[in-house]
Amino acid sequence: MVYSKREDGRKFDELREISAKVGVIKRADGSAMFQIGDTIAIVAAYGPRELHPKFLQNPERAVLRCNYDMASFSVTERKKPGPSRRSVEISLVTEKALASVIDLELFPNTVIDVFIQIIQANAGTRCAGISAAAMALAHAGIPMRDMVAAVSVGKVGDKIVIDLDKHEEDFEEGATDIPVALTARNKEITLLQLDGEVTKDELMQAIKLARKGCEEIHNVQTQALKEVYREDKDG
Amino acid sequence: MSKLIIEERNVVVPGEKLATGMEYLPGNGTFREGEEIYSCQLGLVNVSGRFIKVIPLTGKYGPREGDIVIGKISDVSFGMWLVDVGCAYSACLNVREVPEFIDKGADLSNYYDFNEVIIAQVIKVVRSKDINLTLKGQGLRKIKGGKIIEVTSSKVPRIIGKQGSMISMIKEHTKCNIVVGQNGKIWIKGESVEDEIKATEVILKIEHESHTHGLTDAIKKALEEGI
Repeated sequence: MVYSKREDGRKFDELREISAKVGVIKRADGSAMFQIGDTIAIVAAYGPRELHPKFLQNPERAVLRCNYDMASFSVTERKKPGPSRRSVEISLVTEKALASVIDLELFPNTVIDVFIQIIQANAGTRCAGISAAAMALAHAGIPMRDMVAAVSVGKVGDKIVIDLDKHEEDFEEGATDIPVALTARNKEITLLQLDGEVTKDELMQAIKLARKGCEEIHNVQTQALKEVYREDKDG
Repeated sequence: MSKLIIEERNVVVPGEKLATGMEYLPGNGTFREGEEIYSCQLGLVNVSGRFIKVIPLTGKYGPREGDIVIGKISDVSFGMWLVDVGCAYSACLNVREVPEFIDKGADLSNYYDFNEVIIAQVIKVVRSKDINLTLKGQGLRKIKGGKIIEVTSSKVPRIIGKQGSMISMIKEHTKCNIVVGQNGKIWIKGESVEDEIKATEVILKIEHESHTHGLTDAIKKALEEGI
């Protein structure tokens, strides 16, 4: 059960290389790309706009609709296109991870649509999707109380590690994958899932690690958002 | 102790701390939590006196009373038209607010039909939801021909320029008739397609470079060199 060294030479608390770009889809109200290692998520955000059919409208607040999907070519073995049990679940948890930071009360009876497309997957896709979605929503000009960043942590063998790749997720002697989404300012948890076995102490340790990782991701998000309007400062 | 954390005209992201202390007041695009003021939008910081606000750089049009807007008729219903003006909700144009006399029970689509485009004025906004338009007023009408382009609504002031300097310069050089709606929709009608294309290019250039200094001069140069 000893996992002494990571396959790709990273430290146990080191993220894969991150890059982010805002405004990748011209016709969307807001869009963003987020890449962590080999995992790439592209997100388009639309709205607030009128919601039809009418019975879906909520007169108290806007409805947030997330749609997570993996491209058929995103994984090594072709994925059957279209929604699956897994993608429906991820869409739902993404929705809940983001809803708490958006000022939905400002736009009753409307909908905010978020489309997450994973074009390349190497574990941590839902986290990449959430990180990208938060940027796309900010880029769409939707009022938000905070940003959300997400990262996966977990236990591989006997070690607590951050940002598992596919290889580590499939570690023969057992690996636990814990995706965590945190708000940037208050470090509140908006998403916490767990697949595998951990003790309470290990979980707390993992969450602590996630806090550190999310901070790093949040810095990348902030920079990417400001990059779009870089000239503003010089001008 | 109240303190500003960011500078005027800085770009901020949602959740970024702008100031601490109760001496500053949160304006549009910001909110207070505890003693601190945070941004809730992606935009430019503007500090005027004690007020801090964030001017959005992106996002949908937020209607205000008195705005001249360009919209498309999206629905014809009983006693009113619904108009798409590019914000989160449809605007409403009542039969009483059009200059024509309309008989009771007349078919409203004979006057303004689906997909026809109008220049209208916002007369009333209730919590950015119920938006009422009027067609009674100077220059308010149905428009025919020409083309419509869309820009971000927060860039509209730059396109118009100080006392309309920018837009009148473009009109003069391209000989186009141009109407700029506050909602970011711009109607361009020229004598030839080339003129319209030219005006479009110039306006999109303004939108793209709206944050740079000496923009009026740069546009003037571009217009003159183009001719």
